[in-house]
This record gives sequence, C-alpha cells and structure tokens, in this order.
Amino acid sequence: MTTTRTGYKWVGTRPVRHDGLDKVTGRARFGADYATAGMLHGVVLRSPHVHARILSIDLTEAAAMPGVKAIITGADLPDIPDETGTGSEGGINFRDLSRNILARDKVLYEGHPVAAVAAVTLRAAQRAAEAIEVDYEILPAVLSLEEAMEDDAPVLHDDLFTLGLDSPPDRPSNISRRRVIARGDLDAGWEEADVVVEREYTTKAVHQGYIEPHAVVAETGEDGRSTLWCSSQGHFAMRTYTTKVLGWEPGDMKVIPAEIGGGFGGKTTIYLEPLAALLSRRAGRAVKMVMTRSEVFRATGPTSGSVMRIKMGARRDGKLVAATAWMAYEAGAFPGSPIGPGVMTVLACYDIPNVLIEGYDVVLNKPKVAAYRAPGAPMAAFAAESVVDELAEELGIDPIELRLRNAVTEGVRAVYGPKYRKIGFVETLEEARDHPHYSAPLGPWQGRGVASGYWFNFGGETTATVSINEDGTAVVMSGCPDIGGTRAALAQMAAEELGIDVHRIEPVVADTHSIGYNDMTGGSRVAFAVGIAVVDASRQLIEDMCSRAALIWDVPREEVEWVDGRAQSVTGASAPLTLEELASGAGATGGPLSATVTVNPRGAGAGFSTQICDVEVDPDTGLVTVLRYTVVQDAGRAIHPDYVEGQMQGGAVQGIGWALNEEYIFDRNGVMENPGFLDYRMPVASDLPMIDTVIVEVPNPDHPYGVRGVGETGIIPPMAAVANAVYAATGKRMQDLPMSPVRVLEALSGD
Amino acid sequence: MARVFFPTSLQQLTGGLEDCEVEASTVRELFAKLEDRFPGIREQLASAAVAIDGDVVPGALLERLDPDSEVHFLPAISGG
Amino acid sequence: MSRTHVTCVLNGDEIDFLCNDYQTLLSALRDELGMIGTKEGCGTGDCGACSVILDGQLVCSCLVFAPEVEGRRVETIEGLAEVDHLHPLQDSFLEGAAFQCGVCTPGFLMAAKALLDRNPSPTETEVRYGVAGNLCRCTGYDKIVRSILDAAARMSDPERQKEAT
Ligand code: FES
Ligand code: FES
Repeated sequence: MTTTRTGYKWVGTRPVRHDGLDKVTGRARFGADYATAGMLHGVVLRSPHVHARILSIDLTEAAAMPGVKAIITGADLPDIPDETGTGSEGGINFRDLSRNILARDKVLYEGHPVAAVAAVTLRAAQRAAEAIEVDYEILPAVLSLEEAMEDDAPVLHDDLFTLGLDSPPDRPSNISRRRVIARGDLDAGWEEADVVVEREYTTKAVHQGYIEPHAVVAETGEDGRSTLWCSSQGHFAMRTYTTKVLGWEPGDMKVIPAEIGGGFGGKTTIYLEPLAALLSRRAGRAVKMVMTRSEVFRATGPTSGSVMRIKMGARRDGKLVAATAWMAYEAGAFPGSPIGPGVMTVLACYDIPNVLIEGYDVVLNKPKVAAYRAPGAPMAAFAAESVVDELAEELGIDPIELRLRNAVTEGVRAVYGPKYRKIGFVETLEEARDHPHYSAPLGPWQGRGVASGYWFNFGGETTATVSINEDGTAVVMSGCPDIGGTRAALAQMAAEELGIDVHRIEPVVADTHSIGYNDMTGGSRVAFAVGIAVVDASRQLIEDMCSRAALIWDVPREEVEWVDGRAQSVTGASAPLTLEELASGAGATGGPLSATVTVNPRGAGAGFSTQICDVEVDPDTGLVTVLRYTVVQDAGRAIHPDYVEGQMQGGAVQGIGWALNEEYIFDRNGVMENPGFLDYRMPVASDLPMIDTVIVEVPNPDHPYGVRGVGETGIIPPMAAVANAVYAATGKRMQDLPMSPVRVLEALSGD
Repeated sequence: MARVFFPTSLQQLTGGLEDCEVEASTVRELFAKLEDRFPGIREQLASAAVAIDGDVVPGALLERLDPDSEVHFLPAISGG
Repeated sequence: MSRTHVTCVLNGDEIDFLCNDYQTLLSALRDELGMIGTKEGCGTGDCGACSVILDGQLVCSCLVFAPEVEGRRVETIEGLAEVDHLHPLQDSFLEGAAFQCGVCTPGFLMAAKALLDRNPSPTETEVRYGVAGNLCRCTGYDKIVRSILDAAARMSDPERQKEAT
C-alpha cells in the first residue's frame, strides 16, 4: 500500500472531466430534474412560531380539497428510542432526526415541519397546506447562547440533561454536553508567559449556500418497496436514515443518486426524503418534493453561531506556553453542534504544553445545524488565529515566523491526544512566507493578514469496482456522489495503474442496488478512501490479466509483467497482449475481467492550510474589499490539480463570505429576516479578486499516490486572515463576525 | 502493551488517571480489560469515537492493536 | 382553468406550448417543455441559475411570466452548442475546470454569452460585473472568470476558432 513513485502519466494532469460535457450542455440531471408520469407534488407545512406546543392539527378541510391525495403529520411517523447511534461519521440521534423532519408535540423553530401534503399539482398541494388548521400554544423562546445557558432559561427539551459535567445535573437544561480537553500545568504556563492576550469572539449562524435546493422524487409500490431519486452527499446514508425514520427495511429501498448541486456538508442528512416516500406509499403514486430557497434557509443547514473566549500566553522568544479556550456553539433545536471538532481543532496547529479547553453544545430555538465544511473548525480558527496575530504584534515577531516557532510537526502530540503523523503544516507556512504576495507593497487603508487551519480528514467505508469492457475500455464504479471532480480523479488513478488513456475509462456513481455500501462524500474522503479501493481493484485486475497472459503463453506467472497497458513477456518470447486482446478473449481464460475491493482505511492524512489576505477598507462606508488572496494548502498529492485548486478557492471564498457578509438575521421573535440570496449575501464575482493557490505536496504515506483530503481545510483560515488584514489596515481588531460595513464603521468611529 | 489515554471527562472513573498501559490485541479486549479495572467505563466509551494511532476508526471493536499502539477516545467528528 | 397558448422561437425553432397564466418562463421550460438545463436556485431573481437570453437580453427566467414570451426569441443552454461542436464558452469551461458541481454552469454560460455578444473582448473587471448576477458557491469564481476571458480570446482569434471547429 505504500508503493509510491514519481513520473506519472495521468496522476497530476488536468484532463477534461468525464461528466463535463453533460454539465456544459444542460443535460446533467440534478435532484429537481427527475420526473415520472403521473407524479404528485408534495409540500411541507411549516411552523410560523419559534417555540410552541402543538395542541391540535385539523386536516378535515385540507383533506377534502380537490386533488389532494395524502397528508401526513408527526403522528404518522413511528416513535424511535432516544439513543445515539455510532454512525460512521459521528453519532446521529434518530429520535431527534425524526422530530426534526416532522414535529411531534412541540415546534422548536420557525420553519419546523408540521405536516406534508401531496396533491396532483403544486398549487393544489400548497392550497391544502394552507387549509390545515394547527392550534399552537406559544411558549417562551430562547434565541441566543447567553439566554439559552442561563439557569432559569426556558428549556427546549424536558429530558435533556447535560453530559460531561463533574457531577450529574439534577434538572434539564439547554446545554446538552460539555467537552473538556486539558493538559499540562496552566498556572506554571501563565507564570512562564511574558505576554498574554485574552479576547472574546462571536460568530453568527451561516448557511452552506449550495445553489441547488433539496429535492427528491419517491415512488413507493404496493409491496412497500420504494425508489428514491435524490441529490445528496451519500445515497447509502440517505437510505439508512430514511428507512430508520420510517421504520422500513433498508433492503426495500433503492436510492438513485442525482447529480448534486453542491452540498458542503448540508446534504449529509435528510429532510424531505421520508416525507416523499411515505406520501407516495399513502397515495400510491410517485411524489416529487423540492424546497424553495426560503425553506432551505429556514429549515436546513446552517452551521453554528458561536461565542468563544481565548487566552494565550507566550514567552519573549515566541514560544506559546499556555492557552485556555471557552467555547459555546449553537446546536439549533436539537443537540449536536460541531463543538467536538471545535475543541479539538481550536489549538491543533500549535504545540502548547499547558492547555485547558472547555466547550458547550447548546440548544436554542433555531434550525438544527448541519455539517458545513470542516464542521466546527472555522469559527474556532477565527478566534485562535486572531489571538496568535495579536501575540505576534506584541512580541514584535512576524506572524508567520511566530507560527513556525510553534507549529506542530510529525511526532508531536496534538492537543486532543494523538501524535501527528506525516504532515505539511511547516511547509505551508514556509511557502506562504516565501510567496511574493507576502512581501508585496500595500497602500493606505490597505492591510495584510495571515492565518492557518487544521482539519483531520476521514477514511470511511468504501466499495469500488473496476471492470474491463471487451474493447479494452474500463468502467470505474463507486458509490460516492461526485461534487467536485472526484470521478475524474478516480479515473486518473485507474488510468495510471492500468496504463490506459483516462478517457478510455468511464467513472460511474452507482445506485444503492448496484454496488456495495459506501459512506458519504464528506470528510474530504473520496480521493483518499475510494482512491485506495480503485487502485487496489486495478492492481488485482492487472495481477489477473498477467496470470491469464501466462496461461495463454504457457509460461510461469513470473515471466509476465504489466507495462503500458499490456502484458509483456519478460523473456521477449511472445508478442505483448493488449488490454483489448485480453478482454475480448476473457471468456476462454476464466471469464470477465472485473475486480471489486472494499476497504475502511485508516491513515487519512491531516490537512493544513495557510492563507494570505490583502484588504482595503473604505473609511467612509466601512466596506472591506479583498484585493488579493493566496491559499497555500497541503494536498499530499494533487491527482487533478484543477479540482484541488477549485476546492481551495471555493473554500476560501466561502470563508470570505462568512467573514464579511453572511449571517442569519432574526427578528425579535426569532423569525429569520433574510431567507433569500438578496439579503443573505454570498460573495459574487465582482466582490473578489483571483484566488491564487499554492499546492504543497507532502505525500500521505497511507495512500498509494500520497493523497490527503483537500475539500474542507480551505475554509478554516479565511475569517481570521481577513480580520487580521482589517486590523493591519485600520488598527481595529474585529472580534465579531461578519465584518459588515456597519460593524467596521462602528469600530472605526470607536476612537 | 497498548497505551490508553483517558479524556478529562472519563478521569472521574479512572480516579484521575490520565493514561495507562493495557495488554490487549483488539479494541474489544481492551474495553473488557478497562471495564474490569474501572467498572462502568465501557458504557461511557460506547459513544466515543476510538482513535488508534491518531486515526479515528469507526466501529472499532474488532480492530487490531499493535503492542505500541496508542488509543484515544475522542468526540465523534462529522465531515462536511 | 383555461391554459394560455404561447408561440415563440426557442433556440431557433418556432414552437408553441400551453401554460398557466401564473407560470414562469422557467417553469414552462422545465415542466411543460422538459428542458431541464435551465436551473432554479432561488425563484426570486437572486442567483442567476435560471438565466436565459430573451430577444438578446439576459433575463432571469424565474422573473418572466411564460405568456410574456409570445412572439419572442428565447435562447437557453440547450441551444448553445452546434450539432458537431460546442460553443467556445463551453470548450473553455470544460478545459478551464470552470465548475465543480455544475448546477450554476448553464446560467453562467448564458450570462457569459450575453456578455460576449455585446462586448467581445471584456476586461477581467467587465467579466466579473457581467456575471455578478450569477451565484456559484463551489468555485470562488476564479476559474469561471478565466474561462470566460479565454473564450473571448478564442472567439476573437480566427486561428484558434478554426482549431476549435
Ligand atoms: S432561480 Fe431565477 S435567479 Fe435564482
Ligand atoms: S459549480 Fe457548484 S455552484 Fe457553481
């Protein structure tokens, strides 16, 4: 598994991707592009209140309306015990999932689903939903972390008792869990510190912002077997979750993956799928459901708003000697913010001997958060990397130099426990320091900031099949939706192994009935884990083909080698056999050429990124403009550099949006005021410069080509990089996101 | 012998012990031995993610441990 | 409810269809004509995924009522390529890796076409403003902007144009 070589033919090149033509011609089918004859349209009735008890739901009038075929409410879903399953990508509580999909006795946020209707037209379904009578008893709401954590706060869940406290609590609260990481001797650490900085930071809930809204078509037959077409980050998980919530058998459901129009973590869970499947079962017809953008904002995603207090101390020579972090993350209506990775990553870039980190997972009356690119890490890095920048200034040490003096390296124990294996953090810092961007001149009201970030990356359960067609072309099949070019990367690895042209390989994302189980496309795992399976399968095929050539030539196996897509005789006694010849004659040598490999690999190499940002601040309006931006990131090995750069650029720009514009704004009653792209303002092309990229390649020893995940790390540094640049331009430390013009003006006028 | 590190939240059960060495060739065996020594710990460990030599291993019970393996218990991580 | 009969020129062909008065052009294209290449990202004119060209003007098809296109010319992503070759913008997007998930791509291609139709050699800034009505969440726009500039260069260079066909 550790054979690495250089001088690749396909790995590291930039072929046109296999699914590209369909995507530039409009032929690619995304979630909402499926339709079946006679299908019904489904809509969701959502709560107008942020916190209320459902006293009664009257369906009489709605059910009698023309065209209405089925209506379901929370009473139609089975009760599921309150237990957290250990899913492959972290715990998931199916009782909470079910209650998020359809409210039971209480609604917990504005937009919480209360009922779902299927009718012959979308209009008819909408009218029927409006005709459903729901009687609510309004309850006091908790809308901020501060309120939610107060002793006498209204409690969302009567049965929520804080885990992880020193002594078990005797009454329920909104704090679902406390996490603590401690090491060393803090008192001694502060004693040793010459400079100490302590600050508080806040960030707002932000949405993943994928352009394609959630969509599904479900068709459930009279026998209870169903087919789902949907866009998600993992159709196997969608099947597991959907059948679990419905109390159905996974084997009775087939999920066909649509092309996915962006996910960023937000499509790793279910919302519409069980509703459509159950409505279809009740109506005996296929049901299509598509969210509006407003529904996407109000009831899916986002990631947590947060409050963080960070204190760090350093010696004069720049050595970080002590740090504490207190962090609280909004989970939304049900427990499960990414506070775990938050506490683990907040100080993970640095080797600090004395540390205490304390994190809280807090429920409140907002939509339940979902994973968002490196969940929990970006806000933590905003806080920690801002403090590091301040320390650098106080110490009079260049900020990259300060990071270099404290950077974690191979063998160093991460603050959360394990030792790092081969990592490229120092390399990203050195590349950033030596990049011309870092020393370019700046004008008035302009400033430069840097920041770094760390992400674990993930392996996960994986199946891949490689098959050779009779003409010597190949099919590479996996079960992981391709969001950003992974099909091309998998084909490239197979091409490299088999020694054939990458465009003689067709990479396919297979449905749940066509290939073995695959975890989701998430945790930056596909090029790593599926890559390992594809390479293994290709090598098995090569071994098989060499054996068959030996059979044909009647020579020992050792006398055959695989060179440039052909079986070759080492003695030169026989003319080489091409892939095509071996494939077309496969029937006579043992049957078709195909290999399937399943893996659950360890060794997903950790990712680090260091980013440089130049901004200009308009002192009259407070507008911050990003002038220049450079992302340096360790990719281990870039299989298709275009799509590695694309991940780095896309992540950085999402981070820039998080830094400058994006936030959920709620009115006094907790109703979201900006559930649309006009007022939830994501970056557009005219807001941005080109995003320069430097791919560092410190190969991951646990992947045949050295791949590390690249999808997530890029979003971690930007908020601190921008904030540090704004400081350099204005002399003002921005501790609250987003740094919108109003906030920046406020800070500027604070003189 | 594998070296096991206990998160702060479990140190109540281990009497403040931060880490210890255990003779075990799989995670299942490790859990059983820890339970013998620190009754009640297995239940707590059930919801944690197990990291062997820095790698979070889902469903790790049958996973093999090397004599010099390090085992950590971490909060579950979800990727985006 | 009676349906409205609409006749228009769609991607060069005179066609007709029936729709409801309240239906948008986007919905008519997708749901009545089965042309799913035009995407819906918001339905409120804020994302550009539904961009089409109406009588030479770039519009959000989610903001146009279907009956409004009576007698007019509509261009969609499905009409961008010729029978045997792609539009230079499509080639540039493919070779320049200008998309990841690709759901924004039809809208960007139509917006870029409208831009290049009226300004064949735009500057980077003109390109950035030309597609400022289109959201892409995956790419950070870098490769999209480069690909549009590249297509403009291809289209104004007869040599490269020949090569492409
Ligand atoms: S769908 Fe028309 S602009 Fe978004
Ligand atoms: S490529 Fe995904 S939104 Fe643009």
